[in-house]
Amino acid sequence: MAVLALDDVVVTAYSPDPAGGADRVVTLLGPVALRIEERRVAVVGANGSGKSTLARLLNGLVLPSSGRVTVDGLDTARDGAAVRRRVGFMFTDPDAQLVMPTPVEDVALSLRRLPLPPSERDAAARAALARFGLADRAEVPVHALSGGQRQLLALASVLATEPDVLVCDEPTTLLDLRWRRVVDDLLAGLDQQVVVVTHDLDAAQQADRVLVVDSGRVVFDGDPTTGVAHYRDLMTNPRVGDVR
Amino acid sequence: MSRTPAGAPLRAPWAGPLGLYHPGTSLLHRAPAGAKLAGLAVAGVVIAVAQGPFSGLVALGVAVVLQVVSRVPWHRAARGVRPVLLTALVVGAYQWWARGWATAVEVVTDLLALVMLAAVVTATTRADRLLDVLARLVRPLRHVGLPPETFALAVALLLRTIPVLAQTTHESWDAARARGLERDPRALLVPAAVRMVGHARATGDALAARGIGED
Repeated sequence: MAVLALDDVVVTAYSPDPAGGADRVVTLLGPVALRIEERRVAVVGANGSGKSTLARLLNGLVLPSSGRVTVDGLDTARDGAAVRRRVGFMFTDPDAQLVMPTPVEDVALSLRRLPLPPSERDAAARAALARFGLADRAEVPVHALSGGQRQLLALASVLATEPDVLVCDEPTTLLDLRWRRVVDDLLAGLDQQVVVVTHDLDAAQQADRVLVVDSGRVVFDGDPTTGVAHYRDLMTNPRVGDVR
Repeated sequence: MSRTPAGAPLRAPWAGPLGLYHPGTSLLHRAPAGAKLAGLAVAGVVIAVAQGPFSGLVALGVAVVLQVVSRVPWHRAARGVRPVLLTALVVGAYQWWARGWATAVEVVTDLLALVMLAAVVTATTRADRLLDVLARLVRPLRHVGLPPETFALAVALLLRTIPVLAQTTHESWDAARARGLERDPRALLVPAAVRMVGHARATGDALAARGIGED
């Protein structure tokens, strides 16, 4: 398994001043110190708690304002391209991720960074689609696919290049129960190390380790049963001012 | 889905005048993408250079024949050409008034032929094949610091953005109607613009996350 390490990471951002003054600097996440080596890690937390920021740090989509994030020793700030070859990322909304008109073209787009001739790239793209049950949808316009099929396509596009790690930011939030189960089962069966941000506590229970994020801090880090219980407690007994 | 007459099946959103790839096995589908693009470029030059209404009618005839050969359904071609037809008719009416019927016929047929030919090329050629050709064509730009893959990807994204823009505008229009604000242009333009900016940012994030354009 890859080693994902966050060393005293803090992420800050400018935020408009409600009073109309100069932008303020707010802390979105941190300080966070983590070392992730488990095969399945779930990250849970309320909306706006910083869990998506945490996920985006792992792929270099967000760079730390201070501290360091490394993947097998590769620094996301210095070796971004190499990190992204190892760490795939799946978004909540597949429409944000799919950039080509048809499924086979979208998977082929991912494969362009591999030195493959067009015919082999096409075959590899079709094989990736077949793996996710989308072989017969290869040339259907992406907008004609159902939400669940689009999420499977997003997954196929990311996994086509065989990254070592897959980071998923709420991959099932927009799906109905049936598709949620399909995607959860697929993620569970992957050979890759998977870090998944989720609101699905049943899925979180299946992880090897659970991180609970609240107000930009990792407030729990441990076994799934205790982690999920901690999160439930946090959500059912919010502190005054926590709910916005 | 776009608006259709009551009782009629819904159609997928309009994909812009150049349409989307339509799977098939016709002669044009099997032709190399480079040859089709070169043919389109030559046709563009010939249509622009040739004078008179007869040349325009011939060009339009060739475009119609190629449309038939491609076996792409007519409703797709018609949807792509319809908005251009409106422009062509307005321009044609002006040309008739200003320069006579011969010029009007030439302008209208030239415009329709060019759009139909371009639509046939995009309907019979997958976007990634176009990407390959474009990347090859602009390879010399590498010497001035422009990676050919990035250039080709930008063109592909431009084509992909046309149907997204159409769909976003359509959804914003529906939302404005649902709120009874269909007469207020701000209710259409502001959300459509905000959503397109959001889409552009999300697309940028998605490309970055997949490491596309980095190598």
